[in-house]
Amino acid sequence: MKTILLSIAVLGVLGAIFGALLAVAAKIFHVEVDPRQAAVREALAGANCGGCGFPGCDGYAAAVARGEAPCNKCVAGGEATAAKVAEIMGVTADAAEKMVAFVPCSGTTEAAEARFNYTGPQDCRAAMLFGGKSSKLCTFACIGLGNCERACQFDAMHVVDGVAKVDRLNCVGCGACVDACPKSIVKLIPEKQKIMPACRNEDKGAAVMKMCKVGCIGCMKCQRECPADAIHVVNNLAQVDTSKCVQCGHCADICPRHIINYFGKSYFVVPPKEEAAQ
Amino acid sequence: MLTSLLAISLGAILTNNFIFSQFLGCCPFLGCSNKVDTATGMGIAVVFVMGLASAICWVIYTYILVPLGLGFLNTLAFILVIAALVQFVEMFLKKSVPSLYSALGIYLPLITTNCAVLGVVLLNVQNNYNFIESVVYGITGGLGFMLAIVLFASVRERIAFSDYPECFEGFPICLVSAGLVALAFMGFSGMKIF
Repeated sequence: MKTILLSIAVLGVLGAIFGALLAVAAKIFHVEVDPRQAAVREALAGANCGGCGFPGCDGYAAAVARGEAPCNKCVAGGEATAAKVAEIMGVTADAAEKMVAFVPCSGTTEAAEARFNYTGPQDCRAAMLFGGKSSKLCTFACIGLGNCERACQFDAMHVVDGVAKVDRLNCVGCGACVDACPKSIVKLIPEKQKIMPACRNEDKGAAVMKMCKVGCIGCMKCQRECPADAIHVVNNLAQVDTSKCVQCGHCADICPRHIINYFGKSYFVVPPKEEAAQ
Repeated sequence: MLTSLLAISLGAILTNNFIFSQFLGCCPFLGCSNKVDTATGMGIAVVFVMGLASAICWVIYTYILVPLGLGFLNTLAFILVIAALVQFVEMFLKKSVPSLYSALGIYLPLITTNCAVLGVVLLNVQNNYNFIESVVYGITGGLGFMLAIVLFASVRERIAFSDYPECFEGFPICLVSAGLVALAFMGFSGMKIF
């Protein structure tokens, strides 16, 4: 009993002495840091998402305070944060263009033909180890086992019907999902870009027809009818030139495969059947 | 006296090298050996902390733990001392020697969890070293660590340009070469000093 009490006492006293010494030392050896650094850190979103390219919010705040980083790098905070940081630093901010993640694939389990019935570990990387780099017949398709969903800190990425979908209201454009996707499917697009073809299959139309009910067959209808010459079929795949696009949504209306997303109108790809029939 | 110190030093640096024959401190050894520069930084920081920790832990063990019959508490007490010491040294350097502080950078806090530091103070106790022997063992143990990590970093820098099977990319080839360097150090073992 005596030994136990003595042990506790000695370690307790030692700990207390070291604690006190460190507290005193912290005062004596206190080094002034730029007060703006703390203020900037306070203004940031604080998600430590790494979207700015610095090691965490602290690293970015230090770089801003030293004047080595621009004020608009915090993607999670967006324009409001950029303005706040700029005010602290006494400069005017060029607002960072808000980006959101986008999954260019519409191949739900219903639409895309399966290559095999995958029952292994629920991880895209594991599924890719089997033949064809995908459990779907289309080698470009989203595997839909949710590596991006697990990487997302903002509850913005969800796998629905075997395809990852982005909730644009929650997405801050940090790019964690882009890094997490083993097939490099997920990409960042400007939030103001409302039109995006949700397919990335570059095979010829006839081949696509066999593997996916909604894949882009490169029919060029969108390219012919686009009033702004902003959408082109390159490598058998419709691609939008964001600098030319006027966001009219005409291509989304006329696409026979209904894979051109128009975020202004509906949240996701395939319009209801009766609407398509009209 | 002098010969025993020399024997301790040579033992700590070569024959009983902390990394290659006692396998302590392998984590920073693999983590900080990408470049010779960072390896040198880590090595200097380890020498510094090992020397100081040996001195302070010896005092605490001999004048506090042993008289109270609490020798069995040495691991706990030493961890406490090392953690506090590293914190203190970091603050001290930040204020007084900013150049050294920025040179050691992130390596100082990393050392808190370096098992080679805890190993050296526990071995001091095990070997019944006196104060001077402890300090010498700590510093030379750190030098042995530095020698190992700098040698290995230069090996890794060369690996980057060499042609090895693709499946060994990254850590596998690094571990294979670490084993070979350790094997080379085995040449020192069995060497009888004085």
